[in-house]
Amino acid sequence: MSQTAPVKSSDYKSEVKPVWCPGCGDYHVLLSITKAFAALQLPSEDVAVISGIGCSSRLPAYLDCYGFHGVHGRALPLGTGLKVARPDLTVLVAGGDGDGFSIGGNHFLHACRRNIDLTYVVMNNRVYGMTKGQPSPTTEPDWDSALSPGGTGLSPFHPLVIALASGANFVARAFSGDIKGTTGMLIEAIEHPGFSFVEVLSPCVTFRPDQRGWKNAVHPAPVEATDDPARAARRIMSDDGFNIGVLYRGTRSAYDLSRAEAGEVGEFDRMFEI
Amino acid sequence: MTDDKTTALPIGSVADLLAYAYRIEIDALERYRMLADQMEVHNNPELASLFRDLAGHEEKHAQEILRQAGEEGIADIPEHEFEWGTAESPEAADLDAAHYRMTPWHALQMALAAEKRAHGFFDHIVVSVDDPDVRKWAEEFRAEEAEHVELVERLLSRHEPPAKGWDADDDPPILQE
Amino acid sequence: MAPEITRENAVSVALTGSGGAGVMTAGGLLFDAAAKFGCYGLQTRSVGPQIRGGESAALLSFSDRPVETRSDCFDLLLALDWNNFKSFSAEIALGAGSVVVADPKAGDFPDMVREAPGTVVEIPVQEIADEISGGRANMVALGIAAAAIGLPYDVVGALIGGKLAGKGEAAIAASLACVEAGYGHGSDLPDIPKVRGTEYAPGDRWLLTGNEAAALGAVRGGVRFAAAYPITPATEILEWLAPALSKVGGKLLQAEDELASINMVIGASFGGVPSLTATSGPGLALMTESIGLATASEVPVVVIDVMRGGPSTGIPTKSEQSDLNIAIYGLHGDAPHIVAAPISLADCLFTTQWAVHLAEAMQVPTIVLSDQFIGQARMIVDRPADIAFFAQRRRAETCDAETRRYALTADGISPMPIPGTPGGQYTADGLEHSPSGTPSSRAEDHLSQLAKRRDKIEDFDYGGHWAEIEGGGDFVVVTWGSTSAAVREAASRVREHGIRVKTVAIRLLAPLNADALMAELEDATRVLVVEQTDGAQFYHYLRSRCHLPRDTLAMHHPGPLTLTPAEIEREILKEHRL
Repeated sequence: MSQTAPVKSSDYKSEVKPVWCPGCGDYHVLLSITKAFAALQLPSEDVAVISGIGCSSRLPAYLDCYGFHGVHGRALPLGTGLKVARPDLTVLVAGGDGDGFSIGGNHFLHACRRNIDLTYVVMNNRVYGMTKGQPSPTTEPDWDSALSPGGTGLSPFHPLVIALASGANFVARAFSGDIKGTTGMLIEAIEHPGFSFVEVLSPCVTFRPDQRGWKNAVHPAPVEATDDPARAARRIMSDDGFNIGVLYRGTRSAYDLSRAEAGEVGEFDRMFEI
Repeated sequence: MTDDKTTALPIGSVADLLAYAYRIEIDALERYRMLADQMEVHNNPELASLFRDLAGHEEKHAQEILRQAGEEGIADIPEHEFEWGTAESPEAADLDAAHYRMTPWHALQMALAAEKRAHGFFDHIVVSVDDPDVRKWAEEFRAEEAEHVELVERLLSRHEPPAKGWDADDDPPILQE
Repeated sequence: MAPEITRENAVSVALTGSGGAGVMTAGGLLFDAAAKFGCYGLQTRSVGPQIRGGESAALLSFSDRPVETRSDCFDLLLALDWNNFKSFSAEIALGAGSVVVADPKAGDFPDMVREAPGTVVEIPVQEIADEISGGRANMVALGIAAAAIGLPYDVVGALIGGKLAGKGEAAIAASLACVEAGYGHGSDLPDIPKVRGTEYAPGDRWLLTGNEAAALGAVRGGVRFAAAYPITPATEILEWLAPALSKVGGKLLQAEDELASINMVIGASFGGVPSLTATSGPGLALMTESIGLATASEVPVVVIDVMRGGPSTGIPTKSEQSDLNIAIYGLHGDAPHIVAAPISLADCLFTTQWAVHLAEAMQVPTIVLSDQFIGQARMIVDRPADIAFFAQRRRAETCDAETRRYALTADGISPMPIPGTPGGQYTADGLEHSPSGTPSSRAEDHLSQLAKRRDKIEDFDYGGHWAEIEGGGDFVVVTWGSTSAAVREAASRVREHGIRVKTVAIRLLAPLNADALMAELEDATRVLVVEQTDGAQFYHYLRSRCHLPRDTLAMHHPGPLTLTPAEIEREILKEHRL
């Protein structure tokens, strides 16, 4: 890739044609990600996109960066290990709400705590799409499905609030159809030090046709982002779930990835010598 | 989402306007290519072909703008600095309207909406910009978009709206992973 | 490498106590002093489930040549009390020449002691300690034991001065006074064998645990990233690596669980850094899905499993070899990978270093099966040889449009583009894929990629390291892991009877070099397979991979006790007479 002419957003797309259903919100998210990379002019060989399993996790193959399509729920530790070993790379972790908040829930908590300089993008469609439409942790309690007839009756998971409570340094809610807004949030998220979490409401055209109404429900967040996690959490817990924008910009120091000067392996012998 | 037509767009010169016009066509063509790929992957070859044709038209329009720009060229505006006043580039077809069993009528409806939005974009510039040169160019582009709108309407007239059940698929969704 | 293992000049001591008596400290000091004096030795321990205050036994053996197995019979048992003694009494066998020292205030001797052969001597250890300001009974016991085995006082004294330097003059003085008092009584005991120190130059002798050896092997092999989730008995590997990796420009990250730690090392390795984690059976069970991911996506990682009693939570503080099956068969699908096992405590260093080299060379997960016995035992060894094995991953340094991450190559190993290399971008995937890495469900791709992953490890030249073979003859004993030391010692005892025995200690368990193994068995009239499992896992594994003679014998029992040279010797002699 030429380093003289600016990289275009379309250059970040690979030749692999996505298999997402036409109408899937993830197409927009893919565009937003490429536009964010282009805005930052990131060399694509210095970017790694890490995912788990699910429709949204198919993303890495559709980008011309390094990628890892790992196992279900474990994208965050994959990305964490990579970033700690290679702090020079820009690491984006991506996935859906099932992968991220069900099987991946534990890793989500600890990734927020660890505050390593990563960006985590969750394309939330409130359903398990890949496995044909089961409720996910963010699904509304009364949503009917084969595995949970009549709805789960369970309180939906609140990823943004949990991220705040666990120490994430940047929290934003986006809507896939708002390419410009999503792009802007992704740019900020990548540049913000520490763990940045962007939840993108991304409708599932096949299993949640009711989500077509999201484009009319979303609206800009009424106030500017705060740097007080408690205030941000209160706002989110009392909003209508469709406030779009950066909701929290924290000031925690990112996990220290610096390394000491490498010493000699031979020095260890002295620890054992009698 | 952000659909604020009351603010002025940051188009200060003809070079800027040409950059915007060019960008509109590029975004439109890339969008049609995306849709063509989607249709190809989902085994709707008629629509794949139609979207590629639409992309081809946009590409011609883009080349035409560069030609019209001549030696002066177009302004070098970084991709993410374009301010559309809307959620995205006006002529980029609405991805949400795609469906794997969509018919040419649907695609042309998408194209029609796109051309109308582009027309509206240049119309907004015409009424809000001060620079007379910019206004003149904007009027021309608006006229061209109006032609595109008419063209798509003519194409549409050749297609019947699809019958009810056009999206019916007897096969259930497939578990993939 | 065929050490002549006899125990002529061996002496073994057991120190037991509970409730904070400090026997581990005293035992450790005794061991360290003997090391300084020039002895070889092995120190193991047996503990109760309490975090503190539990019953514990420090078990030590010394000789003028390396000691690798636990003692069949203790020359000296020094019990500070008898609380819960039965929990480890099975490990402390007593014989006619054994001396048991106990405090009369500690109460009645347990039946096991009263009924055993040997001599009982009562010494009021607690009273002696109480007479010294700041005195502690374990230090008196240390003195008694040191005197009984013939360790010069100055060696012990100097050691205490060094070890307690941070605690102040008063503490040192009190300890020395206790030890001296102990010496006064120790020389009165019935005679037991004395230690013999041999000369050594500075740096020639090391004292370390198997876990430390494995950790050092990892760093020497090039590991520069580790992820850690604590589990008994592997935690010490990770605790050693934490500061050590930082010192060599690497990093250890604590994970929230084993599912995270295995994925962290996969991610780091994908980034080009040789990476490792360590766990035990329960952790390995959790990791299997992701080890499969590393296998399918051809990302090298090393996973050390320090085996403990299983199944499930099992017996965390005791050793067993029962994770063989899950290490070899635990990945779903056809997922060939490497499984290696050190054949001794000192071999933990070589095998782990080798494992890093193998994993990196073949871009494949390598499981190293250590166990609690060698992992946590302390041993005095000759300085380990420096080995040349180092991480050497085939990297795609310059990439172009023709670069295919999973290209079908002659040896099955395809150059790996490392993130940051322009033009090499690919998406690693657990999904089956084409040579470019694009997910594929086509038969052609599945067959060729399966063959690639299988052939790359089957065709590799492992050299002679697949096993350590000693001796010769028509009676062949095949074993692996920590049991190897007991087998070798049993074999050398049996040879004293004029019987010829060959021992084969397998280091490379998977892929198994069946041809080489069969060559070793070619002239055998009898084959004996020895292991520490209930289900004879190793025996059945060998049966499934090669044509063992129909009358091959399987000698196996599970933990908590390791197999001893004596019981293996009995088995060999019994079979030989048939």
